[in-house]
Amino acid sequence: MSETILDIERLSVDLPAWADRAQAVTDVSLALRRNEILCVVGESGSGKSVMARAIMGLLPAPHLRASAGRVLLDGEDLLQADAARMRAIRCRRISMIFQEPMTALNPVKTIGAQIDEVLAVHTDLPRRERTERIAVMLQSVRLSDTQHLMRAYPHEISGGQRQRAMIAMALILEPSVLIADEPTTALDVTTQAGILALIRDVQRSRHMGVVFITHDFGVVSEIADRVAVMQHGRLVEFGDAAQVLNAPSHAYTQALIAAIPGLTPVTRPANETAPLVLAVRALDKTYRASGSRGGRDRVVRALKSVELTIRRGETLGVVGESGSGKSTLARCIVRLVHADNGSVVVRDVDWMRLSRRQLRAHRRYVQIVFQDPFGSLDPRCNVGSLIAEGPIVCGVPQADALARAYSLLELVGLDRRAADRYPHEFSGGQRQRIGIARALALDPAILVADEPVSALDVSVQAQVLRLLADIRDRFNLAMLFITHDLRVAAQVCDRIAVMRDGEIVEQGETARVYADPQHAYTRALLAAVPGRHWQASAARSVAAGSASAFIEHHGAP
Amino acid sequence: MTKADVLGFCQRYARNRAALVALGVLVAIVAVAIAGPHLLRQGGPFELAGPPFQPPFGRFALGTDMLGRDELVGLVYGARTSLVIGLAATLFATLLGVLLGGIAGYYGGGADEALMRLTEIFQTIPSFLFAILVVAILSPSIESVIIAIAVVSWPPMARLVRGEFRSLADREFVQACVSMGMSDLRVIALHILPNCLSSIIVTGSLLVATAILTESALSFLGLSDPNVMSWGFMVGAARDFLQRAWWLCAIPGVAILVTVLAINLVGDGLNDALNPRLRHL
Repeated sequence: MSETILDIERLSVDLPAWADRAQAVTDVSLALRRNEILCVVGESGSGKSVMARAIMGLLPAPHLRASAGRVLLDGEDLLQADAARMRAIRCRRISMIFQEPMTALNPVKTIGAQIDEVLAVHTDLPRRERTERIAVMLQSVRLSDTQHLMRAYPHEISGGQRQRAMIAMALILEPSVLIADEPTTALDVTTQAGILALIRDVQRSRHMGVVFITHDFGVVSEIADRVAVMQHGRLVEFGDAAQVLNAPSHAYTQALIAAIPGLTPVTRPANETAPLVLAVRALDKTYRASGSRGGRDRVVRALKSVELTIRRGETLGVVGESGSGKSTLARCIVRLVHADNGSVVVRDVDWMRLSRRQLRAHRRYVQIVFQDPFGSLDPRCNVGSLIAEGPIVCGVPQADALARAYSLLELVGLDRRAADRYPHEFSGGQRQRIGIARALALDPAILVADEPVSALDVSVQAQVLRLLADIRDRFNLAMLFITHDLRVAAQVCDRIAVMRDGEIVEQGETARVYADPQHAYTRALLAAVPGRHWQASAARSVAAGSASAFIEHHGAP
Repeated sequence: MTKADVLGFCQRYARNRAALVALGVLVAIVAVAIAGPHLLRQGGPFELAGPPFQPPFGRFALGTDMLGRDELVGLVYGARTSLVIGLAATLFATLLGVLLGGIAGYYGGGADEALMRLTEIFQTIPSFLFAILVVAILSPSIESVIIAIAVVSWPPMARLVRGEFRSLADREFVQACVSMGMSDLRVIALHILPNCLSSIIVTGSLLVATAILTESALSFLGLSDPNVMSWGFMVGAARDFLQRAWWLCAIPGVAILVTVLAINLVGDGLNDALNPRLRHL
């Protein structure tokens, strides 16, 4: 048993009066040992990030404040430390890295200058030694070409490089504790795998204690030594990784683990005779942005001769990392973006040849469900009119459209009284259900779902996926399902198209692609899925019974 | 808008004490402007009521000016002029700004380029000189002053609306409306405009204050309707006698100050009440 370096004792953080609960963190006790990675897992609103900020003394005063407990770093209570003392401790003994490295780095200063500032503030090393030390540090986070990198601005390097630079900055003074707040959530899976390995390695080689905050049990299974599970600001389970992951004792942990979608595709019998509903041929889209430097235009080929077809009742998944063009593809098919060349044939009509007026009449056949449940509903319309508006525009009498809105609300698992309420009164999962009801109101032939569950917590994710599959079967809809998450794709997609840099590199039956990927990129994507080696099955068999009971008990979120 | 929304709006507004006081002052000024001329004795603001240069608090509550006109009557009629011109000019400027900014923001591309260059042309001309020019060309009258002020004050509104429309047009709920086959007009009128109304109201309320100041400045220079009493005209006419009867300048000057300050504070309070999220966290 190694010594404890960071000891959180009965920490509570009060929320301001207008919040929906009194405390963000309630009575949490955790001990971080030297040389371990402690994962704090929880869904949104569990208080995990607030706890991290409380440790660093970064709570947004005066709204949030630690009201009880102690945070002991080598025996010194950080909650009692004054501002000057905290400044001396931060970075030197305890560092933090954040979710989005683009916003955590200052956009108008070079990477080298930002790391140098840390050294200049905390040490009196001469400039030359500081520069040498930065170069060594950047190499140790596996960044090559350090000379070039130190002169680069944050926007000039990739997301993975930025996060590595953040880690270099956090570790340059060799702190004994690192707090990582969802450091890989904003990254692509292949980049995430690299960053996770890096954090593991630097932690081992420097014998640090790492508090790693995440919502993703896959990530937990990759790097955690011990795991703490939080719910509604309380610690519900705390133990060794193997024990929490494979034999969770608390019902909430069991439910969370059971809700993680498996990587094994769910297969359905294919219907080869169903009519084609959508055929995309040789679709091209190029974005041009006039270059600010040197006057050269920046040209991004977002889609390169994309070809795909979807039959009635079939779901085609489009997977790929950020910038692969999958969202552009979705928007070209819905005609929110005009493609340059090619054809989009919906029910035997080529949308690319329609006039604006004709297009408007055809739009009802292709409906879209968006990613962001908070941005996709007009905050000033009540739910009933949101759903009924589409049909009313198409000429359906108002009373009929409203009656249909009520029945659609019930279909997606909401009460019909929801029609009189406004979007802000609903949770993320409920809003996504409203978005689905709105898309269905026009009786579309194709439902385009653009990352429909990416913004949702894992337990809600499972329910929305089930709802989408249920609706597809009930209405015999064709569905284009855009996602970056191969686990999610495995649950609903009959076929998969893998996109990279605007091209479809591989397309085929989901089961075939997952079992026998042909393209190197598909293989890399599959290999990078976090937690694929951790067999959730063991935990799942234990949890299955109590998990469904838990979700039923708590109702649909 | 439900009843709860209205209640919440009032509560948030009332939290800003200065804005609450300012609202009271503004209501009083509006009441005076509407009812005042009916309560005073007939004859209008240009009537010679008594001997010139009577100090305040004598026979005349606020004294008389160099021609023996009642200062109080002038102040009351002036309030009417200031408010009418301020509101009318702001209304026209807002309509123009929302129209041009809305087209530029929603359609982007060539329309955006053309309209924004036009806006910049208007913004680069010194606005007060421009207003003087317009009034001089159109010959001074209430209408020409309103037009002149509207012409110089729409560009900031157009820029604001363009920015709001641009960001709202990219939002998913607007894209959902487009994908449901709604016409541009419907999307703009029913979904985009209501979502930027709060910013338009706040900016508009501040435009009223600027318009009143511009009107005062124009009439100070004698470039307003000579048949209408206004605060700026009163200050301008009395400035030659500043050493002998300073109050003739000070009284309408304070009226301008109080009105503009009250409108600004009300605008501030509206901002707090309409955009509560800006204040929290």
